[in-house]
Amino acid sequence: MTRALTDRQGRPVIVVTGMGLVTSLGWGKSQNWSRLIAGHSGVTPITRFPTDGLRTTIAGTIEAAASSTYSAFALSLAIAEAAADEAITQAGIGSPGRFPGPLLIATPPSELEWPQLRKLYEAAAGRDKSGYERLLGAARSGTFSELARHIEFASIADAVQNHFGTTGEPLSICTACASGASTLQMAAERLRRGDAEAALCVGTDATVHPEGLIRFSLLSALSTRNDVPEQASRPFTRSRDGFVIAEGAGALVLETYAHAKARGAAILGVVRGAGEKADSFHRTRSKPDGSAMIGAISKALRDADATPEEIDHVNAHGTSTPENDKMEALSLAAVLGSRLAEVPVTSNKSQLGHTLIAAGAVEAVIAFLTIGNGVIPPTINHNDPDPDLHLDVVASTARAAQVRTVLSNSFGFGGQNVCLVLAGEP
Amino acid sequence: MADAVDVWVTGIGLVSSLGEGTEAHWSALSSAGVTVPRIDVDRFPPYCVHPLADGLNVNRLIPSKADQKQMGMWQRQGVHAAGLALEDAGVLGNEPLLDRTELVVAAGNGERDEALDSRILASLAERSADEAGSALNATLMAGLRPTLYLGELSNLLAGNIQIVLKVTGSSRTLKGEEIAGLSAFEDAARRIETGDATMVLVGGSLNAERHDILLGCELGGNLWQQPFVPVWQRAEAGGGFVLGSAAAFVVLEAAPHAEARGAKPYARLAGIGANRARREAKGDIQTSLAGVLESIGSAGSRAPFAVLSGASGVEPATSEELAFLRSIGSERSATGLRAYGTALGHAVEAHFPLGVALACLALHRSGFYPPFESSDIEQPIESVPDSILVTCVGHWRGEGLAIVERVSAAAGGAV
Repeated sequence: MTRALTDRQGRPVIVVTGMGLVTSLGWGKSQNWSRLIAGHSGVTPITRFPTDGLRTTIAGTIEAAASSTYSAFALSLAIAEAAADEAITQAGIGSPGRFPGPLLIATPPSELEWPQLRKLYEAAAGRDKSGYERLLGAARSGTFSELARHIEFASIADAVQNHFGTTGEPLSICTACASGASTLQMAAERLRRGDAEAALCVGTDATVHPEGLIRFSLLSALSTRNDVPEQASRPFTRSRDGFVIAEGAGALVLETYAHAKARGAAILGVVRGAGEKADSFHRTRSKPDGSAMIGAISKALRDADATPEEIDHVNAHGTSTPENDKMEALSLAAVLGSRLAEVPVTSNKSQLGHTLIAAGAVEAVIAFLTIGNGVIPPTINHNDPDPDLHLDVVASTARAAQVRTVLSNSFGFGGQNVCLVLAGEP
Repeated sequence: MADAVDVWVTGIGLVSSLGEGTEAHWSALSSAGVTVPRIDVDRFPPYCVHPLADGLNVNRLIPSKADQKQMGMWQRQGVHAAGLALEDAGVLGNEPLLDRTELVVAAGNGERDEALDSRILASLAERSADEAGSALNATLMAGLRPTLYLGELSNLLAGNIQIVLKVTGSSRTLKGEEIAGLSAFEDAARRIETGDATMVLVGGSLNAERHDILLGCELGGNLWQQPFVPVWQRAEAGGGFVLGSAAAFVVLEAAPHAEARGAKPYARLAGIGANRARREAKGDIQTSLAGVLESIGSAGSRAPFAVLSGASGVEPATSEELAFLRSIGSERSATGLRAYGTALGHAVEAHFPLGVALACLALHRSGFYPPFESSDIEQPIESVPDSILVTCVGHWRGEGLAIVERVSAAAGGAV
């Protein structure tokens, strides 16, 4: 049987040849995978900063090298580079510092954090003024130019591009908590169009700092089950009370099948299709009829030329918020119909927490590991299934299953909905 | 691509220091004589900014006060400009069509609560490190407004356009200063060319009148600190940009789709491309731009083009761009160079969308803009350009170009 280099619509088949992963469970795919299928949790009490007075004091943080001082920029960059390095090494593509294609990267907000603002405020240069004029006075002295990288939106992309030698103009993408999935969608589009033969997709987010946490906390989006951190994230249960903020990075090397075969690369999987649909209902909530989520799932299946019967696993967005899990279950039922009863569903966020901007890329890596290993990581803490959500959740322990095709969902604030159909080698 | 679908601009929405809408901008910028920009020198000394024109009324296009309250000014003016573009294209309120319209936005962050930040900084200054952490938590928990958080997400300009204007085909936000604006157009145009999209609303917005954005720019040493001079005149004093409040959105549309619904084009986007030099050696930017021009130069006609430069004034990017423009060979001679940042200020992510909109206006009105400064760099031209090169050189990263052309009557698009 010939392995077609084009799909049913005559477009180049897009394959994955390298993957990298950093999460609160560990550095690298191997450590992550063994802990995922063992049902571990990466959620712990926050020690990075004082948490007194906060409603939520837990997170899925990543510990960087002991010598480094935390900043969202520094840690987001460090884990992005670690994940990308693992992916490129596995793909064996290009040569060191010369990746033969563009970078598409999902990055967290670029902003000054409080230690940096305080440093500026304490500087001698602006002391005769107050407030922002004082900060500007310090900035004008020119001695704080190293802080510019924190507020330049291209800075993480720029550093990753310098490191790996990706080509052309890198894209820094923000579709909120769907951003990681958007990097895969937009890379697949570029490869299908023939604009490139390979692309490096990265999603990264390390924004567990006081203001980052408090913003979500004030939206009542976060779990407040601080006493037993590893049990706080409990997607699709009756007792779910919010998501757990977490850090992570996922990286994938995408290529056209023709390009990968020509260089003899091992194929880890196929990006069969992607779909996105924007919501107009509310800044943090979806349309009550689920039409935007339903639209994104339907468009992904259509783009992949996949029927509901072909989907044999759902890697859910599954944040553990009352709103998301209800709407996601409703939308899955609307599109997959009777097939849904036969489809095991899991949420990696039960173990990792919600890696926000990175989630779509992190979970795509896990979906491909699921396909490759024939094991679905569990949704832990699933002790009281929500009786209104009719899902076959992979509860508590990993499940062996032949998985050919996965639907991976990512939904974000601002009405962002991106779904991917990921599959094994043709 | 031989069978690429033609990409037309069928709607323009503009808001800036010069006013609102296409007519206000054309009449202000095309009138004879060097334009005197609108500048505020009093509010942010030693910096000047081009403030948004007085009296912007967003109530018509953003009728819900609840919606307005959820947005910072950059979002209100952005949503307003997006609405103007849809209205101009004749699709405002056409929800079935807008539900199939894609959205691509170039954006930075939202706006911080400067009063809260200032209060916190003053209070923390008197505390030990240990105390400061707890005090910060308490003040943020009490003082941050959740809606402010939403305002800080880059994709919430897009989110508000979806909610207010019902553009809901899809939604993508790109970040990365100036070049994000070009990348947004490139993404939109490539999807139309290949049939993946038929109509895309694309653009960006900047509120320059804020200390927080000035702070971000000044950390990199990018702000012009002296009395206002035009963009090309800043190199000797080290360069720098003067921010301008502006929002620019356009409707890009597949030509057959526009023709089928009887919409007329302002112009066609004939070519667009970007690159990113490492900028380690002098001349890197010039070389990068030459490469981009070569890659897109075969697009469209061979007519000489006028240039709308998005130069910021920051060095060395601005001098290298000028050297590039002067080096373009006789084959595609560049005439009538204009740095529109002199007239409108620098709008960062929204700056390239602004340039495309101005290029479309000039082609549509069969004219061009008189020089924005008195120097040998910007010379008057007699002819009416059929083709305009819009440049996008990031003040610190990214170089890109677009060619915008008149749609010939033969193509069915005479206006």
